[in-house]
Amino acid sequence: MSSSKEKPKDQQPKSAFSRRSWLQGAGVSGSVLTTGLLAEDAQAQTVANVMSGEVEITLDINGKKRSVKVEPRVTLLDALRNRLDMTGAKRVCDRGTCGACTVIVGGKVMYGCSVLAVDVVGKPIQTIEGLAPEGQLHPISKAFVNHDAQQCGYCTPGFIMATKGFLDRNPNPTVEQIDKGLSGNLCRCGTYMGMKAAVLEAAKEIKNG
Amino acid sequence: MDNFEYANPSTVKEALSLLTAGAEVLAGGTDLLSLLKDEVHKPKRLVNIKNIKALGGISKAGNNIRIGATVTLDELASSQLIRAAYPSLVQAALGITSPQIRNMGTVAGDLCQRPRCWYFRSGNGLLNKSLVENGENKYHAIFGTGSAQFVSASSLGPALMALGATVKIAGADGKTKDVPVAQFFKAPSAEGEREIALAANEIVTDILVPAPATKNATYEVRHKQALDWPLATASVALRMSGTKVTSASITLGHVGPTPVRATEAEKMLVGQTITADSAEKAGAAAVAGAKPLSQNAYKVQLAKVAVKRALLTAAGVKAV
Repeated sequence: MSSSKEKPKDQQPKSAFSRRSWLQGAGVSGSVLTTGLLAEDAQAQTVANVMSGEVEITLDINGKKRSVKVEPRVTLLDALRNRLDMTGAKRVCDRGTCGACTVIVGGKVMYGCSVLAVDVVGKPIQTIEGLAPEGQLHPISKAFVNHDAQQCGYCTPGFIMATKGFLDRNPNPTVEQIDKGLSGNLCRCGTYMGMKAAVLEAAKEIKNG
Repeated sequence: MDNFEYANPSTVKEALSLLTAGAEVLAGGTDLLSLLKDEVHKPKRLVNIKNIKALGGISKAGNNIRIGATVTLDELASSQLIRAAYPSLVQAALGITSPQIRNMGTVAGDLCQRPRCWYFRSGNGLLNKSLVENGENKYHAIFGTGSAQFVSASSLGPALMALGATVKIAGADGKTKDVPVAQFFKAPSAEGEREIALAANEIVTDILVPAPATKNATYEVRHKQALDWPLATASVALRMSGTKVTSASITLGHVGPTPVRATEAEKMLVGQTITADSAEKAGAAAVAGAKPLSQNAYKVQLAKVAVKRALLTAAGVKAV
């Protein structure tokens, strides 16, 4: 603990906790107190569920377990983009305002930029990459193409994931519900009219299987 | 963002022991991560409280409804217990920006989030009165106190205050205390002082809302329909005898460094029927003491209308 504080912030050594890869063993329950503490690591016992420096965690992304080494400060978005080469979710405002980083965590839409990667261990994460596993476009993506619901396209992955989360909860949406349900995403090209039509079409397509 | 330690306790006791000097509580993180990225906060350690089961859930507790600290805004707005009794809380929660934020942000996080004042967020302090007065202040306070000219960012705070709710806090010594929401918010008088009555080594565990023998509502005025901060809100709770008000509680949000109680307007309504006329007069009384800054006199009118519409909504009278 005290020794790690004196090191430069980016070069902290793996702590005793990361050597034990506690997160992998303990999930997010914080029950690491009961898992294989090293006998000589007396100091660690008092802070046994604290991690510092880089640790290896396992994320459940699109149904696959992915291991990734992150420091606690790394957001889910940066872990996806910079460590796992999944660049579908976009980094735009990085302050939970624009929605370009929208992913689905535990069935709920969230901003990948506003949650730490270490915070979502053990939770199912869906990203835009998981929507077209066989190269077949998802009905939402198809509807976005059909209705020209993008111009530059940078907001599109976020909008499509927000739409997925929205339609999962509201399979028969009204236009008013779409306005509210997708209010957490911005398109600076202004393709909202196309998007509303696309969301309505996607809802119909999904219902008809 | 500087690096920090990350702790993941499963009990409140464990969490409190981890809240050593320089540590901060991490719940939804929607505000805290922005503060870290902007280097306004530089904690040595974050203590994640989302995996503490005792801090979740909404339940009946005697005459109160207990709302766990880490209940998300979406869970709050979807709860049948809350929807049945406290439309004011549902309306306030649904006003909070976007579905994504409501899925992440927590009830206690809404109360504990830092102000949005752009001078504060850019590292110029929370009480920089001269910057606020001489600079861009259109979103600042119309009920400022001394050097505190920022507005409280909490949307649930004013609604909980009007409902007479209490914040339950656990401290490092293992003791808990109940703080009325009205005393939870405070206008700091010195830089570095917090705007809430929560020490760095304490955790909000629950919110207790008393039984609603009241009609209640929140009305928010905002610039955009989509993702935006409120410009002014009013939350009201009315006790009625027939069509007459026996007691009224009115709190304004986003107009001062704390939620602002409108006591004159409350008194004025006792014995009255809620009509467009009485609601309008109450609105005027609620903003009578406003001291707008150079660019935000428009907020006086917004707050006035918010009070009127919140009263009409609570009483079930068609808004005009």
